Amino acid sequence: MQTALLIEQILNGLQFGVMLFLMAAGLTLIFGVMGLINLAHGSLYMVGAFACAAVAAATGSFWLGLVASLAAAAAAGALIEVTVIRRLYERDHLDQVLATFALILVFSEATRWMFGSIPLYLNIPPLLSGTVPLPGGSAYPLYRVAIIGVGIAVAIGLHLLITRTRLGMRIRAGESDREMIGALGVDIRTLYTVVFALGAALAGLAGAMVGALQSVQVGMGEPVLILAFVVIVIGGIGSIHGALVGALLVGLIDTLGRFLLPAALAAFMGPSAAAGIGASLASILIYVFMALVLAIRPRGLFATAG
Amino acid sequence: MSRETLVSLVIVLALLAIPLWATAAGETFYITLATRMAILALAAVGLNIALGLGGLVSFGHAAFFGIGGYAAGILASHAFNMEPLPFGLPGTNAMPVIWAVAIMASGIVALAIGAISLRTAGVYFIMITLAFAQMIFYFAISWPAYGGEDGLSIFVRNRFPGLNTLNGLTFFFISFGLLLAGLALFAALRDSRFGAALQAARQNERRLATVGIAPYRIRLAAFVVSAMVTGVAGALFADLNRFVSPSMLSWHMSGELIVLIILGGVGRLAGPVAGAMLYVAFEYFLGGITERWQFFLGLVLLAVVLFARGGVVGLLAGKARHG
Amino acid sequence: MAEPVLQLSNLVKTFGALKATDDVSLDLRQGEIHALIGPNGAGKSTLIHQIAGSLRPDTGTIRFLGRDVGALGVPERARMGLGRTFQISSLTPEFSALRNVMLAVQARQGSSFRFFRPVMRDRSLTEPAMAMLERVGLADRAAIPAAELSHGERRQLEIAIALALGSKAFLLDEPMAGMDPEGSKTLTGFLDRLRAEAPILLVEHDMDAVFALADRISVLVYGRVIATGTVAEIRADADVRRAYLGEEA
Repeated sequence: MQTALLIEQILNGLQFGVMLFLMAAGLTLIFGVMGLINLAHGSLYMVGAFACAAVAAATGSFWLGLVASLAAAAAAGALIEVTVIRRLYERDHLDQVLATFALILVFSEATRWMFGSIPLYLNIPPLLSGTVPLPGGSAYPLYRVAIIGVGIAVAIGLHLLITRTRLGMRIRAGESDREMIGALGVDIRTLYTVVFALGAALAGLAGAMVGALQSVQVGMGEPVLILAFVVIVIGGIGSIHGALVGALLVGLIDTLGRFLLPAALAAFMGPSAAAGIGASLASILIYVFMALVLAIRPRGLFATAG
Repeated sequence: MSRETLVSLVIVLALLAIPLWATAAGETFYITLATRMAILALAAVGLNIALGLGGLVSFGHAAFFGIGGYAAGILASHAFNMEPLPFGLPGTNAMPVIWAVAIMASGIVALAIGAISLRTAGVYFIMITLAFAQMIFYFAISWPAYGGEDGLSIFVRNRFPGLNTLNGLTFFFISFGLLLAGLALFAALRDSRFGAALQAARQNERRLATVGIAPYRIRLAAFVVSAMVTGVAGALFADLNRFVSPSMLSWHMSGELIVLIILGGVGRLAGPVAGAMLYVAFEYFLGGITERWQFFLGLVLLAVVLFARGGVVGLLAGKARHG
Repeated sequence: MAEPVLQLSNLVKTFGALKATDDVSLDLRQGEIHALIGPNGAGKSTLIHQIAGSLRPDTGTIRFLGRDVGALGVPERARMGLGRTFQISSLTPEFSALRNVMLAVQARQGSSFRFFRPVMRDRSLTEPAMAMLERVGLADRAAIPAAELSHGERRQLEIAIALALGSKAFLLDEPMAGMDPEGSKTLTGFLDRLRAEAPILLVEHDMDAVFALADRISVLVYGRVIATGTVAEIRADADVRRAYLGEEA
């Protein structure tokens, strides 16, 4: 087995994991602070990607597109929070699931209306289009390394936000006792809108960055959303730390699984059978992992109380 | 006769009226539409047992719908090409056998999924059921033997002894008959001791435990029965379309089943029927006007969730009375 | 002396640094009402949770009807005969008073996996349930959903449910809470007669009721039982007066 290939796959896994973290962090924050399960998060990912692609195409600058993605996703998030989401906080989970599912339909079809069904293309900015040499001789895309870097930066940034700022303090207080912080005079409504918009911005950022790797199309956020759910179930709903660990684990297990399983199976069955069965097993590997984690820790690895 | 019973009767008769009218008017396409309504209604009746009565928000019921569908597809395809299944079992294209297999397969998978998922609650349960269904979805896509992403065709609709299943109206009656059986089962469960324990588990788990009934076992049984009913509907659906694909297993399908229930009225007997009729009508008529019909469906859904929580049956029959 | 119906031995329960239950031993004998009193935060609820089975003690044993029930959960202990009522009424809100009691009757008969017979037409459920409602004076409110009952009626319903279970011991958590004087008097009389059927461990703040009903009183302060004795003994106990009752008692 070539070391270079393995290292490349590990980096791919980290990149995937970091992108999942951006999604999962927002989801788990929204759930931790507001107690809301938000299926529309994948749509916010999509909004970010489309905004980036549209602005990048119009202005020729990926960087402007990136700013647009953050702004658009945050704005979309704030908009739906104020109009729909805030009516759901007191409702049961069934209502939240349905309402946010409805939002997915609205967002997807509205996006199709505006942009049509053909995927948009987003180009990697010239600054990041080079490669980085890896031990073993191969070259790894600089852009992917940049994504990993962004992810680490966001993780650190979130940590600082939560532990060092007043907003972070309110967030932590809100996570432990929702009623209390209202009684203490914190403006809950604004806090919730800010938290939601923050989560949305993270999702939009993820969408924009991945948009340059894959294409930008309606529904791109959905597979990611579900994986993000798996991540926060594994990590523990409400825990950003758990989201990071869970995301990296899921990213690595999925990527390495797809890479290693067919190869491992080829050792004792024919190559085509190994490829087929290996692919099948690899695709369900994360879910099996999730089930195992839950068997041992039903509330995830880093579950917070409540 | 209570108001709810009257409303239920009207809804069911309305469904029956569609193919009868269609036959008389020579518009046979609407028979297929009505059959689709009946089958989706049955799938939703299954979910209604777990969700409506038990309060279990399963976001993975498409798994059972798809398992039922694939049971029909796989058995039919083995019967067609005469190859035996593992363990030398023959394929079959007899509907009663297929339904039995669909029921057993969904039941077993539900037992496994439920045993793990029901140890959790709330949001965890929702996400875990979703995750397990996704697992099965991806597995179906990647397993090469039965069509993978492209799906599996059922070239000739499966058979039912003594009936010509190729006839649209006949197949409607088969589906409608199973729907009635499903509704009867729902009503019986709801009014029985089991139903009392299940609904108590939904409303106040602590109270149930304090009188000496363990909520977990009740819920698991409800989850399994619920899956079996949805599984049979899946088998019928495969026969309706003469096609089964992984999309039956997708989380959109799971969401759709929940939508049917909320449109019709959560936990109400005829809720799934009303919801399915509304949804299919919406899909067909609005879909005929614009390809973006799901945008409007989303808006309608939002309106229902925010303002008309009881669904169609809630509007017509008021709040449920539990006696 | 016959073995006590309920026996707690050296129970300890800590939450981090807080010792909520500090080496508690007490027993409940046949035919008695044993009141458990103590200031707020003394750990009475925690103790009740451990007896009922919703909390596991760190160390110590709980014996009910001669059996160590430490490994049993809430439903199992309920089936053995431990009837508990809640400080804040915990009912099945959409069900009527009658159906709430029927659920307990059903549980006692041990038969929840029956799928086909409608419960409302099942005399073996409706009749015993109605009888319990009559005993607590709720018969005329049988068809009212529990959510619509008044506060006092909900307390009565809780007791009817515990009765329907055929309990061998009652764990009553502040049954008088929030009741008007009329209701308290009726309930006091009711509990007085109830002790003959099964002993009662009564957690209460209402001192009039406690002194009227209790055969024995245990005083819980900061998780420890500082005194156990008859009404007279407790009233005279200096520690108790200092810790709880205050000088004028």
